[in-house]
Amino acid sequence: MKQLWVDVAIVGGGPAGIAAALELRRRGVARVVLLDREETIGGIPRHCGHPSFGLFEFGRLLRGPAYARKLADAAFAAGVEIRTRHTVVAPREEGHLEVATPEGILAIHAARTIIATGARETPLAARLISGDRLIGCLTTGSLQAFLYLHNLIPFRRPVILGTEIVSLSAVLTCRFAGLQPAAVIESDPWPTVQRPWDFLPRMLGIPMYFGAEITDIRGNGRVQSVRVELADGGVREIACDGVLCTGRFVPEIGLLTNSHLTVDEGSGGPSIDQFGRCSDPQYFAAGNVLRPVETAGWSYREGRRIGGFVADDLSQGLPNYVRSVQIVRRPHVKLVVPQRVAMPLSSEGLGQLQLRFDSVATGDLTVEADGQCLWRRRIKARPERRFLVSLTNLDGASGADVITIGIREN
Amino acid sequence: MIFDSSYDVAVIGGGVVGCAMARRFTLEGAKVVLLEKAPDILTGASKGNSAILHTGFDAPPGSLELTCIRRGYQEYLEIREGLGLPWLKTGAVVVAWNEHEAAQLDALEARAKANGVIDVRQISRNELLEREPNLSPKAQAGLVVSGESIIDPWSAPLAYLRQAIENGAETRFSTPVLSGTFSGSTWNLVTESGPIVARTVINCAGLFGDIVESRLLGSAGFTIRPVKGQFVVFDKAATKLLNSILLRVPTERTKGILLARTIFGNVLIGPTAEEQQDRERATVDRNSLKMLLERAAEIIPALKSIPVTAVYAGLRPATERREYRISFHPAWQYAAVGGIRSTGLTSALGIARHVFALYSERGSRHTALERPLWSQTANLAEHCARDWQSPGYGEIICHCELTTRREVEQAFAGPLPARDFGGLKRRTRAGMGRCQGFYCSARLADLSRGRLVDPLALEGRG
Repeated sequence: MKQLWVDVAIVGGGPAGIAAALELRRRGVARVVLLDREETIGGIPRHCGHPSFGLFEFGRLLRGPAYARKLADAAFAAGVEIRTRHTVVAPREEGHLEVATPEGILAIHAARTIIATGARETPLAARLISGDRLIGCLTTGSLQAFLYLHNLIPFRRPVILGTEIVSLSAVLTCRFAGLQPAAVIESDPWPTVQRPWDFLPRMLGIPMYFGAEITDIRGNGRVQSVRVELADGGVREIACDGVLCTGRFVPEIGLLTNSHLTVDEGSGGPSIDQFGRCSDPQYFAAGNVLRPVETAGWSYREGRRIGGFVADDLSQGLPNYVRSVQIVRRPHVKLVVPQRVAMPLSSEGLGQLQLRFDSVATGDLTVEADGQCLWRRRIKARPERRFLVSLTNLDGASGADVITIGIREN
Repeated sequence: MIFDSSYDVAVIGGGVVGCAMARRFTLEGAKVVLLEKAPDILTGASKGNSAILHTGFDAPPGSLELTCIRRGYQEYLEIREGLGLPWLKTGAVVVAWNEHEAAQLDALEARAKANGVIDVRQISRNELLEREPNLSPKAQAGLVVSGESIIDPWSAPLAYLRQAIENGAETRFSTPVLSGTFSGSTWNLVTESGPIVARTVINCAGLFGDIVESRLLGSAGFTIRPVKGQFVVFDKAATKLLNSILLRVPTERTKGILLARTIFGNVLIGPTAEEQQDRERATVDRNSLKMLLERAAEIIPALKSIPVTAVYAGLRPATERREYRISFHPAWQYAAVGGIRSTGLTSALGIARHVFALYSERGSRHTALERPLWSQTANLAEHCARDWQSPGYGEIICHCELTTRREVEQAFAGPLPARDFGGLKRRTRAGMGRCQGFYCSARLADLSRGRLVDPLALEGRG
């Protein structure tokens, strides 16, 4: 088996992974290897046709593919060793990565590894939707890959499931490719993202059904119709040739399955401390694998910061910590990242706790250490909306065994 | 199209039974043609089952089903290395969840031993929880059946038929049998691809067995009453949560819902048992899937936090009687294999031997092939070497299942190429992983252009 010794291996060449690689090179780390299983690096933006990328990184608005190319060029120019069609199969202890390559299995030994494998949407099956399983059921990401990477059209008249931000991207992608969505279906009584879902579909002439569920998918080989139970109890049969599942992002952690690294139930990604360190301190993680889901720009900035922490760790070692304290989620808190903080909080690392909520709630968001309130603020929580809490609010928790965070409704 | 050659045997149906039948008769020296109405094999009952190689420990004593299961099990182990088929002997535990069920383990053990399955023993609650540490502590006792195993439900029949073809059998796909007349010495079958002449017809048409029999004989000796079974497949993170196949104490009605690892590294729960009229449509429904998820979490609480990878439903070709309906009509040179409900994956090889024995008892003589060809089937089992581990695979197409381009290309090559997306998935695992095609479906659409009856893409954008 071929062996490779490197300073830092980065798994995943999307915005977060590339940004981490750039930062590590800027800080003078010699051998930085960027591994990507696809043929080209750039990640999800490679197939996002809409122009909303790059303002922070390059000072101008770019379409996804152009943004991805600029990132790739920057990595190349910075002396990052780019290895595509490299699939990390298993991260093991002592920084040993088992990597599948077309030339055979490769063993990479990395002083540090950064996992930046991103996120993906939840497909039809995992949504437990009734009906047949037929050709024409896709996610936004795969639709964009059909259109932008392969010049193929998978359907002409899909039903779109979901009203997240990415669902909007799905509608626009359809419009761009000349596909006419047959309907947008949302199981909640309201859109996940208020604007522009309250006016856009009507403007585009797409029927919208809120509080509605697909109860059957019918067809013959390929989707021909869906049956939808409406909010008022009525039933509608909608002719269509596809079902486009949008959003409900989950971290892509296939390589962590059955590995020694701890995966957090809340975020679905690897559990980290405020420096992005995983349960094995030779491993770090950055970007949307940490939590579903932020923009490419956010992931890029996060990748840069965590790349910087890795450089710190390699040069003088990250602040030695006596112990780390787990942050326990209380009702309404779907996820918190980082999931634990190294104490004492002499260095803040990422500086913030990222929170998401699983339900609508109004009350005091409360941070407690061993039952004692450290910080509180009255908030109105809504699902899929980011909320940040500064780590300086946790200063009083140095001696605590456990920190909890949750909403006390009142 | 007209096929002018005539055959010793026409096998109708390309499910696991038909594939095993074609193989057995070919190896025994008969000239065989297999007729399948769909574009590919395994599109009916054999498409969705629980992928278990049964010992027959709980089969009806003295039944033909038991005989065929025992023979099928034994032959699978004899031929699996020659055909490159995987076998994972996980063993099964019949778990008793209350005293009433625990009291039935004695009878179950006695039945197993009477059935010739001697490697069974009862274990205490402590030993059970030691063997299955993630099992709910509500479990009371268990009966271990060491021989129960998991296999690849699709590579096995594929290998059977491919070996038949390599040794001279022929196949006709997209070829429904419309009618047939028996002249007293030969059958003239009318199919959608033209006439087929064969001396003997073996009806292995599964869910359509009674319809085919009516078309040939004017009436059918059995009636198919399809039973739907829904399954949920958990993410590969679940595989470390159990060792054995976990079974329920069977009732009069059903073998019940089982929880098992799959040879591909997942965990599945199912099947439900729902009678229905439709012979083709097997839909999943949310309520049943949720029930299965709840049941899974009752058995192994840690499954509650494991994501769902896939859901599917299959149909069992049950009949009005709870037994195999295998008959041979020497005067008509016709055999029917009906009612192969849920043990067909195991028993198919045994059924083929049984039917061949009936056939040769009535005077049909062939000379068995002296040195039949054997070739290895592409391995998809997680515990054996996969294609991505050998250099030169080109690229990985499906990242979740680590399917290579070389595997996809091979699935389209050879005597039994994939002709629909289901067939491609069954041959390669592509698209069957946790992302269900998020990363690979567009690439697969590109690679499969011009190969599939229902293409993944409608057209190019020009």
